[in-house]
Amino acid sequence: MKSIKTALVGTVAFAAMTATAQAQDCPIKVGVLHSLSGTMAISETTLKDTMEMLVAKQNEAGGVLGCDLEAVVVDPASDWPLFAEKARELLTVQEVDVIFGSWTSVSRKSVLPVLEELNGLMFYPVQYEGEESSKNVFYTGAAPNQQAIPATDYFLDELGVEKFALLGTDYVYPRTTNNILESYLMDKGISEEDIFVNYTPFGHSDWSKVVADVVALGADGKKVGVISTINGDANVGFYKELASAGISAEDIPVVAFSVGEEELAGLDTSNLVGHLAAWNYFMSADTEANAEFIASWHDFIGDETRVANDPMEAHYIGFNMWVNAVTEAETTDVDAVRTAMWGQEYPNLTGGTAVMGTNHHLAKPVLIGEILEDGQFDIISQTTEVAGDAWTDYLPESAVLKSDWQELECGMYNTETSTCVQIESNY
Amino acid sequence: MERSFLLKNPSVLVFLAVLAMFTIAVTVMSEAFGAGLVSTSFVKTLGKTLCLALIALAMDLVWGFAGILSLGHFAFFGLGGYMIGMWLMYERTRLIVEESMAQAAIPPTDSEVVDAIGSQIFGVVGSADFPPIWMFADSLTAQLVLVVAVPGLLAFVFGWLAFRSRVTGVYLSILTQAMTLALSLYLFQNDSGLRGNNGLSGLQNLPGVTASQDFVSIWFFWASALALGLGYLFAAWLVSGKFGSVLRGIRDNEARVRFLGYSVEGYKLVIFTVSAMIAGVAGALYYPQAGIINPAEIAPIASIYLAVWVAIGGRGRLYGAVIGAVFVSLVSTYFTGGQAPNINLGVYVISWVDWWTVLLGLSFVLVTLFAPQGIGGLVDLFARRQHPERHGADLGPDKGALRESEAEQ
Amino acid sequence: MLKRVLVIVLAAICLGAVAQAQTDDAGGAGLGAIQVILQDQAEIIVESSRQTIAPAIDAVADSGLPQAQRVMEVWQARDMYRRISDGLFFAAEETGDDVWTLTDFDTGANVGELSGDALEQIKPNSGVRSLIGTALVRFQLNDPDPAKREDAISSLERRANADLLDPLRASIEGEPDASLKARKIRTERMLTVAYEPDEAARIAAIEELSGDLGVDVRAALNPLVATTIRAYPDGVPDDVNLAAILTPGTDALSRAEAYEMTDGPALVSDADLMNALQANIDDGMVGGVPVAALSDPGRRAAAYGALADAGVVAPRPTEAQVQAALDAVTFAAIYSDPSPAVTQAAEAALAKIATNVGLNQVFDLGLDALSLGSIYFLAAIGLAITFGVMGVINMAHGEFIMMGAYTGFVVQQVVPNHTLSIVLAIPLAFAVTFAAGVALERLVIRWLYNRPLETLLATFGVSIALQQLAKNIFGTQARPLTSPDWLGGAVVINDVVSISTIRIAIFVLALIFLAVFLFIMKRTRLGLETRAVTQNPGMAGAMGINPGRVNMLTFGLGSGIAGIAGVAIGLYAQVTSEIGQAYIVQSFMTVVVGGVGNIWGTLLGAGMIGALHKGIEWFNPSNTLAAQTYMIIFIIIFIQFRPRGIIALKGRAAGD
Repeated sequence: MKSIKTALVGTVAFAAMTATAQAQDCPIKVGVLHSLSGTMAISETTLKDTMEMLVAKQNEAGGVLGCDLEAVVVDPASDWPLFAEKARELLTVQEVDVIFGSWTSVSRKSVLPVLEELNGLMFYPVQYEGEESSKNVFYTGAAPNQQAIPATDYFLDELGVEKFALLGTDYVYPRTTNNILESYLMDKGISEEDIFVNYTPFGHSDWSKVVADVVALGADGKKVGVISTINGDANVGFYKELASAGISAEDIPVVAFSVGEEELAGLDTSNLVGHLAAWNYFMSADTEANAEFIASWHDFIGDETRVANDPMEAHYIGFNMWVNAVTEAETTDVDAVRTAMWGQEYPNLTGGTAVMGTNHHLAKPVLIGEILEDGQFDIISQTTEVAGDAWTDYLPESAVLKSDWQELECGMYNTETSTCVQIESNY
Repeated sequence: MERSFLLKNPSVLVFLAVLAMFTIAVTVMSEAFGAGLVSTSFVKTLGKTLCLALIALAMDLVWGFAGILSLGHFAFFGLGGYMIGMWLMYERTRLIVEESMAQAAIPPTDSEVVDAIGSQIFGVVGSADFPPIWMFADSLTAQLVLVVAVPGLLAFVFGWLAFRSRVTGVYLSILTQAMTLALSLYLFQNDSGLRGNNGLSGLQNLPGVTASQDFVSIWFFWASALALGLGYLFAAWLVSGKFGSVLRGIRDNEARVRFLGYSVEGYKLVIFTVSAMIAGVAGALYYPQAGIINPAEIAPIASIYLAVWVAIGGRGRLYGAVIGAVFVSLVSTYFTGGQAPNINLGVYVISWVDWWTVLLGLSFVLVTLFAPQGIGGLVDLFARRQHPERHGADLGPDKGALRESEAEQ
Repeated sequence: MLKRVLVIVLAAICLGAVAQAQTDDAGGAGLGAIQVILQDQAEIIVESSRQTIAPAIDAVADSGLPQAQRVMEVWQARDMYRRISDGLFFAAEETGDDVWTLTDFDTGANVGELSGDALEQIKPNSGVRSLIGTALVRFQLNDPDPAKREDAISSLERRANADLLDPLRASIEGEPDASLKARKIRTERMLTVAYEPDEAARIAAIEELSGDLGVDVRAALNPLVATTIRAYPDGVPDDVNLAAILTPGTDALSRAEAYEMTDGPALVSDADLMNALQANIDDGMVGGVPVAALSDPGRRAAAYGALADAGVVAPRPTEAQVQAALDAVTFAAIYSDPSPAVTQAAEAALAKIATNVGLNQVFDLGLDALSLGSIYFLAAIGLAITFGVMGVINMAHGEFIMMGAYTGFVVQQVVPNHTLSIVLAIPLAFAVTFAAGVALERLVIRWLYNRPLETLLATFGVSIALQQLAKNIFGTQARPLTSPDWLGGAVVINDVVSISTIRIAIFVLALIFLAVFLFIMKRTRLGLETRAVTQNPGMAGAMGINPGRVNMLTFGLGSGIAGIAGVAIGLYAQVTSEIGQAYIVQSFMTVVVGGVGNIWGTLLGAGMIGALHKGIEWFNPSNTLAAQTYMIIFIIIFIQFRPRGIIALKGRAAGD
């Protein structure tokens, strides 16, 4: 079956080469795999809207390869197994050419085997824990070295933090990120006793004990900082408890990796002023491209109060890169597009240019913002583009690993033994 | 003996025939064997639905026949899935690791191989060592035994504790709910050793099997159909004899059965444990088709839905449970899948994705109030069979207050 | 980066232009003195990094100019702007829509208005702001404005240096405000501990502080007793302040760590060994061992040994060599502070504080447990009526809590005043959920009184329908329900024991509900009728009581209380459509553990669950999930032994 399929793909590619671009099947289908119901709906619905906006805009501009684009939207309902099922449906029944989707790591891991089996192509727009590089996925969100590490550097250098509380929700992203940070901090000379790690369940609300523990960390005279990977609703209770304990950003700064404009919309931010967040994009970025993006977003959604956030920019960059890659390859064939994606450049909304690496991760600038009263972020630090690192350098077992789909044709290459550990992901 | 059993229960034959026909029809229409009228993803959905029908059957055994409303059956279902998932992950990773290590200049030691498998599986949750519960993960036989043994043991211990202290009725329901909540919270922790929130993933790829998912999905579909057929036969046999009569007696009046000299606790314990084992088997077949299992699957809400299916299908009759599970889960798939067209009322557009759950909840209230026999009750209408009224006439609010028994003392 | 380069280039051009202007502008106003300093430091001021900013702050602070204080205050408040056209710094304030009024630092004169595009805001990050704060201390310690003096003390408490000790001491005498004076004295004591050269004065200060529980006091004392581990080949010299002699292989010092510090031959790690073997593969053999056999660790060691014998690689140190190297040196923990008297005093003070802190932590834990218990109680009290008294399993109870919380949210959207909105929300939430409860009882539960399991399932249907309705109406994201300011803070007894005001309010609310419940059940006609109907409805009906009406009202009452609980819970946590889910199982457990049908049982159950939860959390602080898991397991086991709960009803009231 697989061989038939490859043969088929080969024929299509051949046909595409001999005929002109018009041979492309119209319309070109773009799959959108974001939850529209269930717990993740609030975050993911925005991304579905973003994709519809981008597709509509591209069609206005004449589509791709002389074809109109068509967004095929499905609802995996925040149910992880359903993500795999819907992805299969998109690829085999709807026969989409590319998928933009997923938010949580679990959902991505659920989709991965289907993508690799059917040789699909997916763009994943959310900051994640790294330690993965699939042939069939382009990661347009931040890897840890594009968010967590620069934020930690900022804590060390700019705020002089000497003692760290790593607070997270108990799931894979905080766990892995905190592991990486722990070993990074130890590299930086912070001793193990000065790192406090705590995990709470999703939607945790009883924060008094955790906040008291954090305050007590200051007892040995070192400046304490909190690195928060607390997810979603639980942030509300956490920040409320911080505020009621009278802890200001000057005493114990908090930098969050999962709190953006969208999350702050559900909060009274007056007590959070001065706390930090690290992302690759803030809505407050002062560039023309950003102003235009926000204007067309408000126009599309018909609501001036809607905020823009980091994963939206990731989709914006990812989608435009894909359009350019398809145009360059003159086909939507996955392998050809994948090759054309390497080295693709597209301007960021925050200035500078994003570049897609051969490890399927983007090079993007890292921004650190302070929370303002109006729920926006004041950008206080912006780096140059940082290349996304699929395998972190700060964990011994993954420091030796490398991903390069162009030269090595391997997403998990052990540089020590010079072998490809695996070509298909082990989810 | 067997012949008389089947003759006594013609519904079993009807059910098996329908199931066989359905299986053959799907096989012929599948991508793997024929026309490709049924897509691979739909074959998977149907296969999973059969597994859900199997656990509904298990639920009906304890609730419909023994009167134990367990709101924690998905704990057993999930455990079954975890047990088979451990082997699938371990074995698949072992193949990958051995292949990659074979290329190394120096051959690896056995412990190095195990370490590498560990760091591959647990790297994602920031650990590298195998927790003790993975002790048997390298053996398929052992894990297959555990698929029934672990849910069975949990049900036995829990049931022994609960039935021994005569926890019954709604109290027992709440306790079972607490049990599944505790288990899911425990598994959510990374320290549990089963990859926390991430769960076990990539289960649809069978280690060492190169056939495409078109075939794998149909294999699992057959396996699920076979398991459902055998499960149905077993359940029907179980409830048709004296054992079944005692169970029904316990459901209708526990105290009288006890006074007749039966060991009520023993009967309950047996049926609860057997039912948990069937649920474990169903889970072990379900999750390789779903591809991923994580603790959210065994949250209390899933088990309550299970009760909903059985009630809608009609409890106390095995085919009712199957009909309920198949009907509700397929209709749910249809509505939440976004395929159902929205209804435009002019002022407001009803999107089924948003309103389906509301409809489900309300229809459940209506079924409870007006059609306690569920969909299966339609069969009675058809067969013109008058069902004995087990609950007695509804005398009004004073009946429920339990004080009548006190007055009779 | 591009932006930064641009700014720097721009700054350079501007500087040039300014210099030009200065020379051109013979005898004119020129640049003010402080502006010149700022222009000198323009580059690092714009860069605004804590690493490099020090010279700029020093230059301004040490300028001796009277404007310096204002410049730094404006700078710290992020009100300093740079005019892009010429690179000059001003204080700017938005006085109209995109109209910024600039004020010159030197003259204090208004120098015109500009739009935001023509200005660049200087954004010192909080690290820089705290450095500015410290530099400002000297100026602000004796400022007439008490707010500024308070700022100065806060800055000192956060970060101080030796130079500030004398100015602080000098300012204490003239401090008019009593509370500020107390803070100044306390800060002075801590600075004395850290920076005073005179040993006796330090010891005196340490002893004075030894009764203080403050985190900052411990923060001042702990650095004094910090130790470093050193290895001495010739015994510990006399001139160091020795804390302890350490033996390798104990908790304080592992053997591997100790061996690192000796000059014995380096250990060979597994990775080194593999690398060495790999590097020396010769025709399929390593040190005489075939490569294929190297999957055996023993053979690997042998191969390495052979290589070492051949002199290709460094030999592994033997166990005897390691022991000899360790025996040759003395390991000692050395205080970084040279004075033994001071470290002794600090150790003694810390030991005293530690005992005190321990006691207070237990007390704090008790408070937390009490607070959590009261939250559970609040969530469960409505259930204690509907389930405990009436025996109705209402799975939609959690959704009544949710409805109450959303009512609070809606009221707050209409009435912006937080206090007033809460006052309004409480009766409104009661009304809404009372009505919902009555409707549920009339439409569903009434028909199912003799079928408890069916009640459970039907109300579950109602629960999922209500939950999805809430999602459709309010969305899935958490909605803010903000408590009024007077409930926003915390009651701080000391740095260890504190409890947020909202939790106290919830505790009080729980007590009020308890009283209301007892009053209604024991002192009102409704309570009497309810008890009569639940004990014997037929008899009650014969006495002229309408059981249907009483059941309806009782159920409504229980639901209404759930609604008020919802407002309270929403204030302290988050308002989502799943808020009820989080409490429903716990609430049922509270009632079951406590004993059905007895409010005191529910109270005890809530207290027990709260205490248990906090207790487990204390033993395992890094994993809050574990606490919940073990708590539920404990409850399951507890019910085995007391199936009827802590307080079991006896006799007639027990019913069955």
